[in-house]
Amino acid sequence: MANTRTAPSGTPTNVSQKHNKGGIGESTLRPDGTLKVTGEFAYSSDMWHEDMLWGQTLRSTVAHAEIASIDISEALAMPGVYAVLTYDDLPAAMKNYGLEIQDTPVLANGRVRHHGEPVALVAADHPETARRAAAKIKIDYRELPVVTDEASALAPDAPLIHEGRDDHHAGHVPHPNIVHRQPIIRGNVEEARKRADVIVEGEYTFGMQDQAFLGPESGLAVPSEDGGVDLYVATQWLHSDLKQIAPVLGLPEEKVRMTLSGVGGAFGGREDISMQIHACLLALATNKPVKIVYNRFESFFGHVHRHPAKLYYEHGATKDGKLTHMKCKIVLDGGAYASASPAVVGNASSLSVGPYVVDDVDIEAIALYTNNPPCGAMRGFGAVQACFAYEAQMDKLAAKLGMDPVEFRQLNAMEQGTIMPTGQVVDSPAPVAELLRRVKARPLPPERQWESAGEGADVRALPGGLSNTTHGEGVVRGVGYAVGIKNVGFSEGFDDYSTARVVLSVVNGEAVAMVHTAMAEVGQGGVTVHAQIARTELGVTNVTIHPADTQVGSAGSTSASRQTYMTGGAVKNTCEAVREKVLEIGRRKNGSYHPAWATAELLLEGGKVVTDGGEVLADIAELLEGEDPIDIELEFRHRPTVAFDLVTGQGDGHVQYTFAAHRAVVEVDTELGLVKVVELACAQDVGKALNPLSVVGQIQGGTTQGLGVAVMEEIIVDPKTAKVRNPSFTDYLIPTILDTPTIPVDYLELADPNAPYGLRGLGEAPTLSSTPAVLAAIRQATGLELNKTPIRPEALTGTL
Amino acid sequence: MDFLRPASWEEALAAKAEHPTAVPIAGGTDIMVEINFDHRRPEYLLDLGRIELLREWEVGEEVTKLGASVPYTQIIENLRGTLPGLALASHTVASPQIRNRGGVGGNLGCASPAGDSHPALLAAGAEVEVESVRGSRLIPIDEFYTGVKRNALAPDELIKTVHIKNATGPQQYSKVGTRNAMVIAVCGFGLALHPDTRTVRTGIASAAPTPIRAQAAEEFLNAALEEGGFWESGKVITPSIAKQFGELASAACNPIDDVRGTAKYRRHAVGILARRQLVWTWEQYRGTNGRSLEGAA
Repeated sequence: MANTRTAPSGTPTNVSQKHNKGGIGESTLRPDGTLKVTGEFAYSSDMWHEDMLWGQTLRSTVAHAEIASIDISEALAMPGVYAVLTYDDLPAAMKNYGLEIQDTPVLANGRVRHHGEPVALVAADHPETARRAAAKIKIDYRELPVVTDEASALAPDAPLIHEGRDDHHAGHVPHPNIVHRQPIIRGNVEEARKRADVIVEGEYTFGMQDQAFLGPESGLAVPSEDGGVDLYVATQWLHSDLKQIAPVLGLPEEKVRMTLSGVGGAFGGREDISMQIHACLLALATNKPVKIVYNRFESFFGHVHRHPAKLYYEHGATKDGKLTHMKCKIVLDGGAYASASPAVVGNASSLSVGPYVVDDVDIEAIALYTNNPPCGAMRGFGAVQACFAYEAQMDKLAAKLGMDPVEFRQLNAMEQGTIMPTGQVVDSPAPVAELLRRVKARPLPPERQWESAGEGADVRALPGGLSNTTHGEGVVRGVGYAVGIKNVGFSEGFDDYSTARVVLSVVNGEAVAMVHTAMAEVGQGGVTVHAQIARTELGVTNVTIHPADTQVGSAGSTSASRQTYMTGGAVKNTCEAVREKVLEIGRRKNGSYHPAWATAELLLEGGKVVTDGGEVLADIAELLEGEDPIDIELEFRHRPTVAFDLVTGQGDGHVQYTFAAHRAVVEVDTELGLVKVVELACAQDVGKALNPLSVVGQIQGGTTQGLGVAVMEEIIVDPKTAKVRNPSFTDYLIPTILDTPTIPVDYLELADPNAPYGLRGLGEAPTLSSTPAVLAAIRQATGLELNKTPIRPEALTGTL
Repeated sequence: MDFLRPASWEEALAAKAEHPTAVPIAGGTDIMVEINFDHRRPEYLLDLGRIELLREWEVGEEVTKLGASVPYTQIIENLRGTLPGLALASHTVASPQIRNRGGVGGNLGCASPAGDSHPALLAAGAEVEVESVRGSRLIPIDEFYTGVKRNALAPDELIKTVHIKNATGPQQYSKVGTRNAMVIAVCGFGLALHPDTRTVRTGIASAAPTPIRAQAAEEFLNAALEEGGFWESGKVITPSIAKQFGELASAACNPIDDVRGTAKYRRHAVGILARRQLVWTWEQYRGTNGRSLEGAA
């Protein structure tokens, strides 16, 4: 494993604390791991409060309609019902919310724009009563024609999903049913095309993927005596929720106190508000604690999904295999409300070339408003759809040129110093060719592994698995490669920061650090890493992690592969300030006893202040005895970015890039169209593995989520009615352990000098390249073109 | 919703007679999903959990009597030799947890065309023993499925046992789903060779409004095997026979397009499965004189 870690520049001290036990670089275990595996972890849905009521949301049964009337009388008359709320009951002037554009009604205002839109709320003393009461609300829908794709959205007589738009994208979009449009023009495609010896074109379709987190949306709102509310909820970004919740409740932010409760996965699906405002409204209306828990069916309507996309690509290359140009149009379906669509457009366009050197590009990405389910953040965020398409294009080009697909990619791979289509220079390691080399160099898994010791076939190793559909008949192996590029952190000029508060005190004669942030732990391992950082920087063993809440500054979102970089960076930063304070106290108290206090580089190690030569100067706990606890809260920012130019797309819009490559080995039952992914090897540069076990876990998880959308995961929306057809785990399938292959992981640690510890955000990149690698392998096995993901058996057997 | 908890079979029959709308519940793997999703709200739930005889089985000379509540796990572990097709089908049901709860009685009671045990029962040959306070009767499996999620039970009847012919030859079951485990059938196919009567029987799931047999395919194969003297000689089945058997099985389907698959795919897949299973079962018959009854899984 390469390990070329260099000291990150720009850090305020050259003290190295790497010797501390349980610090960074060790695979310390998750504090909640055992609880989760044994079923004892308290998720947000497990919360309970004396006297609490249960909230229920009534959602639209149609995708697009005017609401002629709502009759709540029967529901309100039911015994046990405490409140029924509709749009008319909203207490403040602000009645909408939204991450960037506040276009989403808290409750429908005379019109619904998608299937499953919240229309009314019920609070009752029993969840069943609440559900039955909601069913008694009578709504008179006058159905409107539905807009479901680019053609129907942009038709001259298309119904406008949002009339009278005044958001900051409204001025530059070519049609009001386009949320945002981002072109990127660099070089001259028309000229470059003349140099191309081969040109390939492709039209690709990416299906709507669901985050499918296992813990459904849930939370508990408790009204407080000051007229405010305490909200306990599973979310990805407490402060972003707070900013959207408080105005709709008509409360100042300090009267809405939020605490993170146990999160059962997120993957982007908890960036948007779900039940937060609804529970608070019901709690304030009834003056009682209100709990809302979605069931699986409602969860499919309770959060945004990954944007389905149509991608049109043209690439050219010279006969010696150098890319000449790329032209593409990416159409993302944002559904009825904006959510994160504008930022997804920014990512899809700026990363649409992939990790390749192409000087002449003509790129356009748009997100549509339609009556389909709203789409927003999901792991990979716009880069996933693009990667699926450009990697298919790379294989087509290599085939047309008669070149090896990996060598072709390596020939065009970007590296440190490459200029992105946005004009941004990639200024830290970009080992794209090396990642490909590593996955390719691995020995291939043995063929026909199902032939187990003469006892007939082990069907678990075959396509179809336990369903016993083949004993080897029709099975063909395929191998495919892909590599992707993802940005880390919030881009395009967003003021992205994280806050950490660190308290160092003496408890029972021992120095104890407490780390307090608002970071949402959604499974990424921040709670482990924060303690490791504190141990490394403060030389203490005992670190406690304070529950995440809004009593400390924002930690930003647990998304965009940013939390270890950002809140981890904030914890490091604050710890360094705390360390300086310890040394200050030391100098004040003991400085006169030993010259080293003034002259040496001092470290905190093993609970002591030591010199860089290893001489112990003081015990930290003894130094702090009689002192007030050191309590510091600081913000941490990554380097600034700028917005992409609206015409040319130029601008240093991203913070950091991250890369992963996959090799997929599949076995396809070519007669039945069933796929077994045998192995999905991944190589990724992580800059610095703060917790190697968590790193491997993230890579394997991301890889599996990419596999899911390659072969099974898709929310199916009826194009005639815009209604969701499969909102259940019976018909929305995610991979089981029998669908999950061996995932060997090879991670590099090439430091990014701009990042804390040189680390590179890593959670999303493996989700990008896993999907196209599997597709490429299936293409090789079947000889089919396969331009849509997920692959259905019908597509492999000509039975659509 | 009232919850009835009879302590004995007689009490259960009395309760069902008194409340014909009562929905019997054993493993609950289907009913509870329906209730949780609010797809149905029965007036009464009739809990069969205390009735021991429903969890018993008896392997007879020619027939195995399988209690309605015997969980799939028990079938897999204990009846693989006598009921290989059903054991294979049981193995494809959901997850280990569900297989520990669910049983054939529930599959028959719900009579979903996608139920995994139906093709195995159709192919093996079975009778469903149902009982009411009026008495008991045996319903041949071929007459049991009367419509989409409908069966031949009278409102006061409960399923007691299933009488399944012990295998005298190889049996197979396969289902197609878009995941390698824990998946509902896009379609399923079962085949049983009956060397004692020199016949074959089949069963198809999820490719018609009810579970069905591929009768024309069976008749073709029975005739072809007889005419070619295959049963005596044990010679290799010819590709053309296997092909035509597959095509006829495919033609027996009357499927729909739905979110799980197209009708065209279902027909196609049933044909492939029929062809493959004929080869698997016939090879097993040839290789072992029909004595080995183990499935391949």
